[in-house]
Amino acid sequence: MAIAESSTEIPQPPLAIVRWLRSIALLRESWVGMLGGGIVALFVLMAIFAPWIAPFDPNQPILPFAFPGDAAPDGGTFVLGTDHQGRDLLSRIMWGGQRVLFYATAATVCAYTVGIFMGLLAGYYRGWADELISFVANVILSFPVMVLYVLIIAKLGASGANIIFAVVFASSPGIMRIVRGLTLDIATRDYVIAAQTRGESTMFICLIEILPNARGPLIVDFCLRMGYTTITIGALGFLGLGLPPPDPDWGGMISDTRAFITGGFPHMAIIPAIAVSLLVLGFNMLADGMREVASRD
Amino acid sequence: MLKVIGTRLGVMVLIMLTVSVLLFVMNEGNPRLVARSVLGPYAQPEQLDAWVEKNGYDKPMAVRYITWVGRIFAGDLGDSIIYKQPVNNIFWKRLGNTGILAGITFGIMVVISLTLGVLAGMKEGSARDRFISFISIFTTSIPEYASAVILSGIFVFWLAWLPGTSAMTGGFNAVELVLPVMVLTLYGFGYVARMTRASMAEVMTSNYIRTAVLKGLPYWRVIMKHALRNALIAPFTVIMLQFNWLLSGVVVTEFAFGYKGFGALLLEAALRRDIFVIEACGIVAVFVAVGTQTIGDLAYTYLNPRIRFS
Amino acid sequence: MQFDDSAPVLEIKDLNLSYFTRAGEIPAVIDFSLTVNKGESIGLVGESGCGKSTVAMAIMQYMGSNGAIRSGSIKFKGVEMNEMSPEQLRNLRGSEISMIYQEPFASLNPSLLLGSQLKEVLTTHEGISDQEAHERAVQLLEDVKLPDPERVMGAYPHQISGGQQQRVVIAMALLSQPSLLLLDEPTTALDVTVEAGITKLIADISKKYGTSQIYISHNLGLILEVCDRVFVMYSGEVVEEGTINSLFTWPKHPYTHGLFGCIPLPTADKNAAPLQPIRGQLPLPHERPNGCNFGPRCDHFQEGRCDRGIIGMDYVSGASGSDHRVRCLRWNEIDYGAEVAHGEAKPPMEFGDEVLAVENMQKYYEVHDRSLAAMIKGRSVRYVKANESLNFSAREGETVAIVGESGCGKSTFAKVLMGLETATDGEIMHAGEPIGEVDVHHRSTEQIRGLQMVFQNPFDTLNPSHTVGGQIARVIRKFGVESDPDKIRERVMRLLDIVKLPRDFFYRRPRQLSGGQKQRVGIARAFAGNPSMVIADEPVSALDVSVAAAVTELLMEIQREHKTTLLFISHDLSVVRYLSDRIVVMYLGQIMERGSTDEIFAPPYHPYTEALLSAVPIADPEVTKREIVLEGNLPSVLNPPAGCPFSTRCPRKIGAICDDERPPVHQTNTGHAIACHIPLEELREIEPVINVPSLDERLHVQNPEVVAD
Repeated sequence: MAIAESSTEIPQPPLAIVRWLRSIALLRESWVGMLGGGIVALFVLMAIFAPWIAPFDPNQPILPFAFPGDAAPDGGTFVLGTDHQGRDLLSRIMWGGQRVLFYATAATVCAYTVGIFMGLLAGYYRGWADELISFVANVILSFPVMVLYVLIIAKLGASGANIIFAVVFASSPGIMRIVRGLTLDIATRDYVIAAQTRGESTMFICLIEILPNARGPLIVDFCLRMGYTTITIGALGFLGLGLPPPDPDWGGMISDTRAFITGGFPHMAIIPAIAVSLLVLGFNMLADGMREVASRD
Repeated sequence: MLKVIGTRLGVMVLIMLTVSVLLFVMNEGNPRLVARSVLGPYAQPEQLDAWVEKNGYDKPMAVRYITWVGRIFAGDLGDSIIYKQPVNNIFWKRLGNTGILAGITFGIMVVISLTLGVLAGMKEGSARDRFISFISIFTTSIPEYASAVILSGIFVFWLAWLPGTSAMTGGFNAVELVLPVMVLTLYGFGYVARMTRASMAEVMTSNYIRTAVLKGLPYWRVIMKHALRNALIAPFTVIMLQFNWLLSGVVVTEFAFGYKGFGALLLEAALRRDIFVIEACGIVAVFVAVGTQTIGDLAYTYLNPRIRFS
Repeated sequence: MQFDDSAPVLEIKDLNLSYFTRAGEIPAVIDFSLTVNKGESIGLVGESGCGKSTVAMAIMQYMGSNGAIRSGSIKFKGVEMNEMSPEQLRNLRGSEISMIYQEPFASLNPSLLLGSQLKEVLTTHEGISDQEAHERAVQLLEDVKLPDPERVMGAYPHQISGGQQQRVVIAMALLSQPSLLLLDEPTTALDVTVEAGITKLIADISKKYGTSQIYISHNLGLILEVCDRVFVMYSGEVVEEGTINSLFTWPKHPYTHGLFGCIPLPTADKNAAPLQPIRGQLPLPHERPNGCNFGPRCDHFQEGRCDRGIIGMDYVSGASGSDHRVRCLRWNEIDYGAEVAHGEAKPPMEFGDEVLAVENMQKYYEVHDRSLAAMIKGRSVRYVKANESLNFSAREGETVAIVGESGCGKSTFAKVLMGLETATDGEIMHAGEPIGEVDVHHRSTEQIRGLQMVFQNPFDTLNPSHTVGGQIARVIRKFGVESDPDKIRERVMRLLDIVKLPRDFFYRRPRQLSGGQKQRVGIARAFAGNPSMVIADEPVSALDVSVAAAVTELLMEIQREHKTTLLFISHDLSVVRYLSDRIVVMYLGQIMERGSTDEIFAPPYHPYTEALLSAVPIADPEVTKREIVLEGNLPSVLNPPAGCPFSTRCPRKIGAICDDERPPVHQTNTGHAIACHIPLEELREIEPVINVPSLDERLHVQNPEVVAD
């Protein structure tokens, strides 16, 4: 009876979502992280709302070689100018951001799924499974990344799905290594041994006991990798191996217009260049801030 | 120690073999596709068959692979489809050009990144540390293709100090190397600098540095004798891995500046299915990457007495 | 700098130290005064977080970027250290004041030769030549009794053992003959028998060189062995100081007194005189109470008096000497003698049927040597004999202890029992079923829940990602004790009650818990499935004394209630003596001796048991011990001696037979067994190692202060 009474008095803990928001709020203690998060959030909002806030049709030639601030023929302003075909740069940046963020997120999430699975397998089972997985990872990682991308995309052809595949292929070994290392360490902890001694399944141990404790470094790495994937997608576009035209793609925009830099129109290439760099900077700063906050306690 | 070297070299050979199989299967797995690449899109099916037969592509893949490996060891890389001449004639010159570009970049990058990393890590949390850390995050966020156009805008268009392309049409010209080297260094140094910083910062908070300080050693001696030696072991492997990244960056940078190097050759070959050039570039790229990595690993073992004398 | 040699070596007055964190200023040490005279040895004792190491770092003027000396003075031979320039400090460090650290391996630079690390002390401070420095270093390495000093000079830290590393650190500290030596837990990371050697060395050396010492430790027994005076710290303050004799015999502060009640002294007994844990826990630095910091945990707390203002140090008047001071308002009102019967005596346990029987159990690991040389010689597989012919049993309700130093195979044995490894040979019967060769995946739920474990490291025992309640509930669900969510919750709550944790811990995460609280949850988890046997692998060794006592008592209380068999794995003979009914002494995978607790602690001893008994420090000045210091290191498990495993270090070795032949097992009809070549009759004649005076012979019973007042 006493038991029933007192158990009702226990205050319920906050919901998971509240706890989650609180841990995100920790980031405010790092101005680098805050700024990075702000930049990323800005790009994400811009990408989501591109269809409504973009001033012009991104693929519609209007007035070639307009400078930033020039007036459009039928009202409005080209805030960032237009490109050599007369398409509004601000609109193209917005729509391009949507594409880049979509493909970068999809590719990174897929790479993480594969990498985490392989890493847990190698780190928990060790032995031959580890040796095999690690060898395959070493083979893939022994290619200079851009060489690998060029080979894969040139072989398979440039398309969104192939870009995702190439990113997963090239970056899951790196994720696998991180997860493997963390797993090797966490698997020796007493709470994992406790789970083993009560006969828990390998699946339970890997997913419930080990993985949640690896999340700190993985979240940081996820942000870094988002930045790196953004760079990669841009690079493929720049090399002519990216997403098919005419939809805007930041790398492709730089590549198409860079010939006009010396002709007196450097803004056409420099604006998308700044957009890529800014987004990547946002991801990198976010990662750095999270690492800083995590290392404090 | 000998055992370590032996194992490491063994692994390297194994990786090279696997990579060569992959490259071979990817490029020459289907004989008719090879014939198609060589003879062009307008060749008739009979012509393709005749070519396959004439060049021994009707043999089993394993046999063809072994002959192919044998040819490569004999120094025969095949003929380029685009350039209509032996790959050997163009490839090595292009590789040499890339060697110059990568070598200069590497030298500058190592000096900058180690210096900055050590300076930042010596006093973790200081204004100097935060400044250097921010600079290195900032520069690693600007990919080569972005910095190439931004720097071109500044130095080529506005200031008109440097040439915008580096094709070296009028013979070797050091000025044309400035922009590509700048672009590669800018993007690359931050990573090593941050690794060095982390390593140095960790060493500076270690107990043996406390021991050294409390022994009454002068500060510079604590840094030079006790800290640096330990702090630079980890970045050393990272630096050697940097070759791998450099080769990546080279592809983009050479394309951006029209520099006639190995990266541009690979890209051109890949886009136009010049399979023998692709194979040569792939093998050499991986060889350089794995080779430097092996050297890095071995050096790490050598530098770290805990492994050397275990 | 002009040092005054007539002034005390170190004089600290009214020192206040703080750390600055994001939460603001946190006072770490408050109102600290201390004088060290020439040749004197001062002990600084207290539990973790009491500020003792911070004092050492302040003396070295090395507080880190977030620590600061707020006020007070530290004078070294009459010169104020707080005002010294960095250059002056540098000249002092390593030459006049040296330090010896807790973890010798971490304190030595891993990539520099030991010789170079030693020599630079001399070349920096005395400017002598490399050659001369080399000779002096070798000389000192000999003084600290390191075999083959020249080899050590040319070695890297990882190439010598932990005990040897600490000897090198000691040599390094003594090289330029400092006036003051700071020792921060110098033996905590070492094995008991190695610790004994180092402790003796430190005592000898300070005598030889006349060096003053400040010895920081959490171990009262160790302080007793090496110090002249002792300062007891609690939550940033010194609560009591005095000479060893006075303070250990007549502790005045309730905290000091409480500490002695927490230590399993030879006079404590789990049934007749159980430990008396201090309730509550150490306040966090920013949550210290008003008035006396110990107030909330004190049995003699008086409201309106102990929780007011600042309490200063008061001289204890009376026969015990004028340098005994205490920070307590009520020190002369409390009569500890009147409350001896505080801990309740309990009837001894009745043991039931045999629950565990281990017969000739062996566990060998294969070690693959992949070097070419080994392949050519055909010896590519070697065996590590982690456990060799283990024999013993345990009955229901009984506590059996396995004692041994690192590498003795006790943890391997636990793994085999739990089914994480399988035995190579022999048999283990648990509850009548063979389990030695059945790994955990092939055991029935019944078998698994019958055998549970409490782990050593409180920071590792709980999964940081899940709530306390969730982790205990998982065990209940897994073992099928309950399946209804409400009933499971109910049971978790009851378990929390049993381990004396508040029920709202159900939703807490492990990082919100203290070490002791985590161990309690670990115990709750182990007992969740009503096991017939619990293996406790050093469950309290990582905890502070007062917390350890509470956890130990809790563990035994639950065991008593559930009639559980407890297999207690430990390196600490005093805890083992206190709580176990029978003891198994292991060395390098083999049982050296086994028997009832009384049999183990009285002759005949195995020579190893004898050395272990002598090595354990006892915090009772009236207990006398025979000194046995073992030479040499623990041999590697990879390469054990061919005959008796203890033959390389045994002080009673009788000859070549010890090196070459396995010793016979002498067995008495009571079950006492000793594996030794020395005949049992001879072993019987050995004097007892520990001599505990009877109660009426004891000084403290006469309590001179009370008489004097």
